Amino acid sequence: MNLDDIYRETILDHNQSPRNYGHLEHPTKSVGLLNPTCGDQIQLELAINEGRIQDIRFSGQGCSISMASASMLTEAIKGKTIDEALALTSNFKNFVTGGQSSVSLGDLEALHGVSQFPSRVKCATLAHNALEKAMTDSAT
Amino acid sequence: MITALVDITEDFPILKRQINGHRLTYLDSAATSQKPQVVIDSIRRYYEISNANVLRSVHTLAEEATVAMEEAREKIAQFINASSPREVIFTRGTTESLNTIARAWGDKFLEAGDEIVLSPMEHHSNIIPWQQLAKRVGALLRYIDLNRDGTISVDAVRHLINDRTRIVTLSQVSNVLGTINPISQVAKLAHEVGAIMVVDGAQSVPHQPTDVQNSDIDFLAFSGHKMLGPTGIGVLWGKEALLEAADPVVFGGEMIAYVDREDATWAELPAKFEGGTPHIAGAIGLGAAVDYLNSLGMSRIEEHSRGLAEEAYRKLANISGVTVYGPAYPRTSVVAFNISGIHPHDVSQVLDAHGIAIRAGHHCAQPLMHWLDVGSTARASFYLYNSDRDIDVLVDAIEATKRYFKR
Repeated sequence: MNLDDIYRETILDHNQSPRNYGHLEHPTKSVGLLNPTCGDQIQLELAINEGRIQDIRFSGQGCSISMASASMLTEAIKGKTIDEALALTSNFKNFVTGGQSSVSLGDLEALHGVSQFPSRVKCATLAHNALEKAMTDSAT
Repeated sequence: MITALVDITEDFPILKRQINGHRLTYLDSAATSQKPQVVIDSIRRYYEISNANVLRSVHTLAEEATVAMEEAREKIAQFINASSPREVIFTRGTTESLNTIARAWGDKFLEAGDEIVLSPMEHHSNIIPWQQLAKRVGALLRYIDLNRDGTISVDAVRHLINDRTRIVTLSQVSNVLGTINPISQVAKLAHEVGAIMVVDGAQSVPHQPTDVQNSDIDFLAFSGHKMLGPTGIGVLWGKEALLEAADPVVFGGEMIAYVDREDATWAELPAKFEGGTPHIAGAIGLGAAVDYLNSLGMSRIEEHSRGLAEEAYRKLANISGVTVYGPAYPRTSVVAFNISGIHPHDVSQVLDAHGIAIRAGHHCAQPLMHWLDVGSTARASFYLYNSDRDIDVLVDAIEATKRYFKR
């Protein structure tokens, strides 16, 4: 096992300097999600206008994989429509469990090594599950 | 120098394994211990030679299986100094034992307004059964204030106990802090107001001599798999009079005396609490584990577990950026820690690359994580096959982890 397979430089960079970390002044949607097995938690805040994600922030605590994945996700979906964002999370989940993605994942592709570490898939998908929850919950 | 108490490679086949190119350093015994060859062999022998259901039939195999299981019960009774094997109930483990006490004794004897005293350092399995009992009967949970170092002072318990207290429940050893709690003194306070004393022995029974009569507790719960036995077998011990007074909670085969269409009467102890076919092989394996522990001596094991935990505390606390939780001394068997700026899951991942198995997470103790004001911790835990060399391996790997994450 090579640690660098999972902890790619891009991941360590996003973990050290997370993008879009913090809070929005006027979110139209916010959602929290807990990973009950490890206690990690994430909060997503979105400003959605006419079906498009105008702005997004995340906060919370977790391991480098979950924090980097959240940071990368916010970059990947800012400015995208809700449908595009959900297509991305669905493809990403397939990608980190050993499948292919039919859309470009950007920096998220650095998380490919996670597919070799089944216990870390939960970490990599926490923010993505939070986003899906935000889109399916009727409450804001 | 602290050496392993046993010949590792002779007795514990799994410890010969190489993990990611390194000799396995197993530091997760608080989650589950490894199993010696004699335990593995005893289970295999039962299935190969004597497999039959217990108590039911008169054929030779059934007789052998029954004798083997009851011998295991007697060994366990002696191991904890129970006054009779009738007080030793086989369960799936500590969790089921604690749930059984809450249902069997709690539901029958607690009323609205009664109080249950417990600590915030408990494992979820010694919190949730009492939360649920409190909801069912309208009782109140009263939490002991911990000292700053994570220990419990008898005075803090004294303040909390009053004439509404019916149950006091404590872990004898914390699965996160390694704290050794004063259960005998607390039991005395509980008895002064007519309450019962329940002890979660999951982390103590494997590591130190247990004497339920001398410590004067009322119920004890522990698991076989943390003391060299197989998973799926554990023990509920209770004072005979309390077990007699309590109602069974699992109904069906083997727990009855007489059944008609409308009602039934219960079997004698311990069968009254063992509805259904028990984990016969598990009980026999646990009996073999008790023999193995006795051959080493529980006092030696206690000294060894404390020595390793206290040395690990000293060495880890000396590493810059490392926080260790709980008291420096006395402590036993576990050391929970964090490295500044590195999440415990990442620590565990890097240690695994060095062949080291530790636990990372909330350790089924979320209220304690809130008290410590952390989301999770890493935890190294020790047992009789560990040595101070394993601590050195851990310290080196922690340094390597810091370098990897540039901390």
